[in-house]
Amino acid sequence: MPIFKKRSISAFGKKKQDMPEGLWQKCPSCGAMIHELDLQQRYRVCPKCEHHFTLNSDERIQMIVDQGSFEEMDANLETVNTLKFKSYEDKIKNYQKRTGLKDAIVTGRSKIGGEPAVIGVMDFRFLGASMGSVVGEKVTRAVEAATAENSAVILFCASGGARMHEGILSLMQMAKTSGALARHAEAKLPYISVLTHPTTGGVTASFATLGDIIIAEPKCMIGFAGPRVVKETTHQNLPPGFQTAEFMMKHGLVDRIVPRSEMRECLTSLLGYMMPRAAA
Amino acid sequence: MNVEPLEFEKPVAELERKLKDLRENSKEIEVDKEIRRIEEKIMATKSDIYRNLTTWQRVQIARHKQRPFTLDYFNQCFDDFLELHGDRHVGDDAAMPGGFATVEGRRCVALGHQKGRDTKENLHRNFGAAHPEGYRKALRLMRLGEKFGAPIIALIDTPGAYPGIGAEERNIAEAIAFNLREMMLIRVPIIAVVIGEGGSGGALGIGVADRVLMMENAYYSVISPEGCAAILWKDGKHAPEAAEALKISAPDLKQLGIIDEIIAEPVGGAHHDHVAAAASLKTAVLKHLRELEVKDTDTLLEERYQRFRKFGEFRER
Repeated sequence: MPIFKKRSISAFGKKKQDMPEGLWQKCPSCGAMIHELDLQQRYRVCPKCEHHFTLNSDERIQMIVDQGSFEEMDANLETVNTLKFKSYEDKIKNYQKRTGLKDAIVTGRSKIGGEPAVIGVMDFRFLGASMGSVVGEKVTRAVEAATAENSAVILFCASGGARMHEGILSLMQMAKTSGALARHAEAKLPYISVLTHPTTGGVTASFATLGDIIIAEPKCMIGFAGPRVVKETTHQNLPPGFQTAEFMMKHGLVDRIVPRSEMRECLTSLLGYMMPRAAA
Repeated sequence: MNVEPLEFEKPVAELERKLKDLRENSKEIEVDKEIRRIEEKIMATKSDIYRNLTTWQRVQIARHKQRPFTLDYFNQCFDDFLELHGDRHVGDDAAMPGGFATVEGRRCVALGHQKGRDTKENLHRNFGAAHPEGYRKALRLMRLGEKFGAPIIALIDTPGAYPGIGAEERNIAEAIAFNLREMMLIRVPIIAVVIGEGGSGGALGIGVADRVLMMENAYYSVISPEGCAAILWKDGKHAPEAAEALKISAPDLKQLGIIDEIIAEPVGGAHHDHVAAAASLKTAVLKHLRELEVKDTDTLLEERYQRFRKFGEFRER
């Protein structure tokens, strides 16, 4: 019997090796095994528990914009290590290789439901989508372009916060992006902020929470300080659901929680209410 | 005032103790010579220490509990100050006092983070870590300044915005973000001075200004040196290296173009002489105020926008 058992294990191991990589995904929330094609058809949402898998920027863009309407902007912006921060360049190179991106956000012009919208999609795979000079500059340019062209701005936020490796320059991106949004608001053009998992730190404390409308994906984490910091500072137990989208909606930050399958439709209808119309 | 020495100031303190001892207790006749010798050594040691301060040593000075705080500067610099309370929604944040003030006959709005000197005061002031109500009160006061044509003086001195449960529930991130956006549009001159700790978003939340000045030993950073060390070295003990790497001292930030002027402090730091420190701050603020007052409002706002618009280093290829 021991021999039989051994064989079966080795056979199983071999079979696993033959399987194409990534065909089955395990849901990090409920543990269900989901076929990759299933996941793709369902906006990368778990069919069992509605867990929203992390999207990369490309997947997000394809789900949101009118087909073929996306034109990327400022694709060639790259970070420079101004502070000569230890091993920062290697880190950036490594993330560039792994993600095929230059930095943590993709921006571009698009149409959504026929309305012109400049969109930005933060990509959490790239150094936790932290905001340094490149992210700040690309957001600012995107907003400025939208203001100049009478377009809406829609930013899909996800971020670990300001990028430590660029020191004070990262902090200043908060003021820079918020300033551009101030002018966009003065032009009476819409800005919709979509918070996705997780949106924290300096991004939450700047453009992410400045939307005319703030949308969140179900159960995504939204906060200023990380939960560990809050717990250590206050020595209190955190309330249930602390810093989730649902919690933040209850506390008045979020206009609507919108599942991914309804996101495009929701954005389209919001733009319908908000885009400037020629006087009748 | 009896100033408590910092770790790196101990050699000076030790010499000063010796000197005092000698003056009071020595019965020897040749004591004058010895006193002069020690005095010279004190001068030499001081200039040696203070001319070569590391960033981490400056951080210690910036956090010194005897350093002048916001209300100390208000008392010293203003002809009068009338405190106004509350954000009109939730409460009054004692970590962010503010109100009307007069400086050399000019009406202005003054506000800033306020720390406490002892435990009781710190419980009241929350160690200078403001809640959302503080940021919302600050903006309310700035709007008063805008309405009545009074320029705004904001003193920055905070370890950071308060990372508490209530602060998160009342959307502290939004309170800061909203100030960043609205300060960009306020139609009167704004001068911000980092007087001690410039702790990240909590500092910037009242720091979107036409001029950003900084006391010589203050620091301004995206993350505390301890926090950075904890992430990078997995150990807060490396804070001195992190402080250096983050370039958070006034000279570093002047070089990066983040601040407009460094305000000199008395020898050894502002805590050695509140009156002199306040006099330097007042002179600098008035100088910049005079420059800003003559600008027409649209120019003022355009320059404020461009001041922050230019920050960031990247390449495009």
